[in-house]
Amino acid sequence: MQNYSFFSLARNALSSHKNWQAAWRSPPLKEEYDVIIIGAGGHGLATAYYLAKEFGITNVAVLERGWLGGGNVARNTVTVRSNYLRDQSIPFYVKSVSLYEGLTKELNFNMMHSKRTMVDVVHNYPKMRDLRRRQLTMDIYNSTYEQITVEKVRQLIPALTGGGPGSRLPIIGGMVHKDAGVNRHDAVAWGYARAADSLGVEMHQKTGVTALLRASNGDIQGVETNKGVVKAKKVVVAVSGHTTTLTETAGLKLPLRTMNLTAFVSEPIKPIVDVIVNCSDLGFYFSQSDKGELVIGGAPDSAQSFRRDIKQHVFEDTVGAMLELFPSFKKLKLLRQWGGHLDITPDASPIMDETSVPGLYVTAGWWGGYKAIPAGGLTMAHHVAKNMPHPLMEAFTCNRFKNLDYILETGTTTAR
Amino acid sequence: MLLINCPFCKERNETEFVYGGPVGVDRPDPNAVADQEWVDFLTLVPNPTGPVFEKWWHARGCGEWFVICRDTVTHEILESPDEKS
Repeated sequence: MQNYSFFSLARNALSSHKNWQAAWRSPPLKEEYDVIIIGAGGHGLATAYYLAKEFGITNVAVLERGWLGGGNVARNTVTVRSNYLRDQSIPFYVKSVSLYEGLTKELNFNMMHSKRTMVDVVHNYPKMRDLRRRQLTMDIYNSTYEQITVEKVRQLIPALTGGGPGSRLPIIGGMVHKDAGVNRHDAVAWGYARAADSLGVEMHQKTGVTALLRASNGDIQGVETNKGVVKAKKVVVAVSGHTTTLTETAGLKLPLRTMNLTAFVSEPIKPIVDVIVNCSDLGFYFSQSDKGELVIGGAPDSAQSFRRDIKQHVFEDTVGAMLELFPSFKKLKLLRQWGGHLDITPDASPIMDETSVPGLYVTAGWWGGYKAIPAGGLTMAHHVAKNMPHPLMEAFTCNRFKNLDYILETGTTTAR
Repeated sequence: MLLINCPFCKERNETEFVYGGPVGVDRPDPNAVADQEWVDFLTLVPNPTGPVFEKWWHARGCGEWFVICRDTVTHEILESPDEKS
């Protein structure tokens, strides 16, 4: 792998940047691999990288229907945080945040990680009590959460001029999560891809998997793609919203629903907000990107959807809620709007497990899966390589639903 | 926004309705079936890339519950309940 540094930049500048190595190869598709990973998104690429790096399994192919990093890893709002509710979840996300903070060095790729704090704006007392309970659990696992007054909230977010005592939903306080940050999603996808490629992993774009193939004894045997059959004894499904579409081809039913989540960005403006603002009572959150755009996330569309655009009334509700608290944003022009389709389990926690089909692994149910990419990839790779779950993810099984043993995280994301 | 055909009120904006989930299997008697079947009823829902039958409630209208068939990719409503007189 060509090292990226100030010196390599200077050296290539002398040759007008014509001699940069390609970041990854495009080798021909082989007939068989040790492991096939379906989906070159964040979780797929991270799993491939850690399989090669931590466990020495390099005969791996990542198959991608579209282009690398073109799915939900490019459609999220890049918020990285660990303020979760349950004992099973918090250590997992704490690990993920810490891996993210070291990722620039680990992958020799600038993640532009900006640890900038998240502020929850709270409008009602039950919510405040719930967040303070969350704080006590988070304290056990070295995540940070702290209650602040209304005055402090307004000091941290000067643009927050709405929500005063005379408004319909006055602000009563806030919570500060100092570990939260934002980074660059393309760098995450490209960084993992480039590092995995240098360790021998193959990335195959425009290689859509149409079906999972099982041997006569029921084990997974490989996959059928638009470029023919590819064999492998272990297959990892990391395709977000289309998980059930694929697993049903192997006769496997999973408790997942696919939903569409809203996001949009404004025109670039001068720095106005330097924290991530989350107003869960009103159903929106945003941060300001390095380019100056406000990156705004909203609520999901209520019914199941496999679309990647958003509905006008969901968009308008989010904008309306935002203007309640930030009336000055009324003048902003919104540049782009988009949605991502992602799947959700009954308890809003992910499924990361080997399924009842031997050799078929699934990482799905990610609602806010961007923040989970490094830990998700690391623990999934551990599971695939060692045939046993990593301690950080052993709770996120398929079978927990059989015992109705939920890890209830509804409410810690925009999921309802 | 969807224009949903309520059997009483005809086509109304989606914002008047509350989504009630996809139509799964009929509710089994929890005392009569095996635990597995009961749990499947509670957790598994159809999640097709294409037409799905789903329940909607005209909450901010006449209050009627009804079933439509909608495509999850195009969002086209393929089947609506017949109008009641």
